[in-house]
Amino acid sequence: MTRPFKSVRETGKGAAVDNIAFLADGCKEGFFIAINEGVEMKLEQRKDLLGLRDMSREEMELILDTAVPMKDIIKRDIKKVPTLRGKAMVTVFYENSTRTRTSFEIAGKYLSADTVNLAVSTSSVQKGESLRDTIKTIEVMGFDLMVIRHSMSGTPHYVARNTKMRVINAGDGANEHPTQALLDMFSIKENKGTLENLKVVIVGDILHSRVARSNIYGLSKFGCEIRVVGPATLMPPEVEKLGVKSYYSLDQALKGADVVNVLRIQRERQTTGLFPSLDEYSNLYMLSPQRLLQAKDDVLVLHPGPMNRGVEISSVLADSNTAVINEQVTNGVAVRMALLYLMMGGLKDEIAN
Amino acid sequence: MKLLIKGGRVIDPANEINDIMDVLVEDGRIKAVGQDLAAGDAEIIDAAGKLVCPGFIDMHVHLREPGFEYKEDIASGTRAAAAGGFTTVCCMPNTDPVIDNAAVASFVRERARKAGVVNVLPIGSISKHQEGKELSEMAELMEAGCVAVSDDGKPVDDAGLMRYAMQYASMFALPILSHCEETSLSRGGQMHEGYYSTIYGLKGIPAAAEEVMVAREIILAEATGTRVHICHVSTAGSIELIRAAQERGVQVTCEVTPHHLILTDEIVGSYDADTKVNPPLRSLDDVIALRDGILDGTVDCIATDHAPHHLESKDCEYNLASFGISGLETAVALIMDQLVIPEIIDVETMVQLFTLGPANVLGIEKGTLDVDADADITIIDPQLNKTVLPEQFYSKGKNTPFKGMTLRGWPCMTIVKGQVICQDGIIANAF
Repeated sequence: MTRPFKSVRETGKGAAVDNIAFLADGCKEGFFIAINEGVEMKLEQRKDLLGLRDMSREEMELILDTAVPMKDIIKRDIKKVPTLRGKAMVTVFYENSTRTRTSFEIAGKYLSADTVNLAVSTSSVQKGESLRDTIKTIEVMGFDLMVIRHSMSGTPHYVARNTKMRVINAGDGANEHPTQALLDMFSIKENKGTLENLKVVIVGDILHSRVARSNIYGLSKFGCEIRVVGPATLMPPEVEKLGVKSYYSLDQALKGADVVNVLRIQRERQTTGLFPSLDEYSNLYMLSPQRLLQAKDDVLVLHPGPMNRGVEISSVLADSNTAVINEQVTNGVAVRMALLYLMMGGLKDEIAN
Repeated sequence: MKLLIKGGRVIDPANEINDIMDVLVEDGRIKAVGQDLAAGDAEIIDAAGKLVCPGFIDMHVHLREPGFEYKEDIASGTRAAAAGGFTTVCCMPNTDPVIDNAAVASFVRERARKAGVVNVLPIGSISKHQEGKELSEMAELMEAGCVAVSDDGKPVDDAGLMRYAMQYASMFALPILSHCEETSLSRGGQMHEGYYSTIYGLKGIPAAAEEVMVAREIILAEATGTRVHICHVSTAGSIELIRAAQERGVQVTCEVTPHHLILTDEIVGSYDADTKVNPPLRSLDDVIALRDGILDGTVDCIATDHAPHHLESKDCEYNLASFGISGLETAVALIMDQLVIPEIIDVETMVQLFTLGPANVLGIEKGTLDVDADADITIIDPQLNKTVLPEQFYSKGKNTPFKGMTLRGWPCMTIVKGQVICQDGIIANAF
């Protein structure tokens, strides 16, 4: 399969790229279009990215493949391409986040989209404005795409129904966090060389985790054996119907694992009676080098961050080569660049004009 | 003033009638039911091909007046009832102020007389202000026209108070309608807890939240030798508990709603807040169990739990949306289309569940075509196809998950005390 931007890499890392010519060149060579025209069409027709549950394996592959050259751009001295010049995107976060919001923002900026962050919690919500009115206000400013995070499941779906803007779900309640799962998958593929048929363990608060759900939907389409592990009170009902195996014992779940994705434990779950104490939680579920001996020798450890060191993951492990937690953050930017590029179709529009 | 309803299929479970007959109405009462009736000066209503039934009763409706007239009022709610084929509705007391004294109950009845178009029977609260602390003055409420007591909208958390309520109400044979929900299990929940709540990432309301309290009510009713009616039963476990209790002679009755008989929790995946209701839409197994409960007689009646809401409280984030479905104008057509026409239940059973069933639970003299009874009559056109269009509802509440569905079998005439209130879905001009 031809990789997009391959020729760009070969033209010289760090070269000035503020010319549309090379983009046109890239297009002439047909890198993007050649990958898989059908899938690309599908992604273009997809107005929104709300989750991975209804996304095909081919669409995910296209995004992950497109993220490869995007990651190269990040590593350049001059990290900017004009691909999405003239496009405008807004990030609207109804829930605190630093890395995801910043990641989307810089992804847009590397591609030359005009990127605005709306700090919602301090503006309209406090004035009692309805979500519908907020969306409309943003829409009529001319944005092409909205990235939304919300503590309530389904809110991006509601937004998508009520706006012409494209909508990317940056995490909704306990439902989905598709870009996190895509960056996890990218990181796995980068390290393992494949996504096929791996044994992936997801450990922690499965019940409240949108990261777990999106990873399950994504990885299961690549034939992975997914094992979820956590206390019974943090396990969603009928979870095995999703095609995963559920465990209460971390040691058992880790046997022969290729990848372990460690979820952040929210401290407030304890006060609502879901588990007795952080001490007991970490005794049972903290991933440590010792525990990891159960897994394969080349096991890969992921964590969506921010970490509670010494609670769900041992500090030693987090800083070891087994874990690629920092690399995940870089990959997050690359995956989001790929998604913005594919969804806003900057290149094609540019050519069309 | 005479009406002669000619040539329809008259279905009157109380009198075991299911035959092509005529119904003669005079001075607001049933004068005769029989074949080839004649009355020279009567207005003739041709009911050929139609089902002529005793007026339908919805014993669980929220009319919202007083206090929440922006959601519904007695004028709009009773018009919705008439359009939906109901001649009698019982309105729940979770108004502002609560129907917990004679003054509010009298106000509701007075408003119903002036602004309403169907019979309105108020339900008083079990506890003062529905706070679950002290009993309401039930004798006074009954005197003022209340036909039952309920804290519907919320449960009576305190088992001790519920026991006293059962004992006290039994002195007047006043039915207790219990909203069963153990709030420590349901708190924060948005939908049924199960496979779909796992997929959709919404906090679940387990079936146990209902069943724990159904079990409690049954035990209390049994222990005190009194009776209790369970509102909007939604789970297989509740049906099982009620069935077993009935078999050993406990005086427990129950109702189910059309939406719980038809929809499952899968539909919540649209995150359309019109699917948000309490108790929540349950699993397929629960839906099947409710239908079985109808077939074996465990379920006494169908009631809508008509819960109209203002657009803004449904057009929003799922978690922030209000619970409830506007049900009066779709209930009969839904049961016809989804249960009767596909021959899951027979038409006599449906009529029973909408007439004699609720009348018996409440102990009111309604729901029959007995000679001399009030001429409350619902006529259904079993062939009529119509699409559910909430914007055309008489109800102020447009919140229905059935919007856009085309249903077959609609009420085509609603007669209250001998007067044609609604014809072909349109309220008569005089009202």
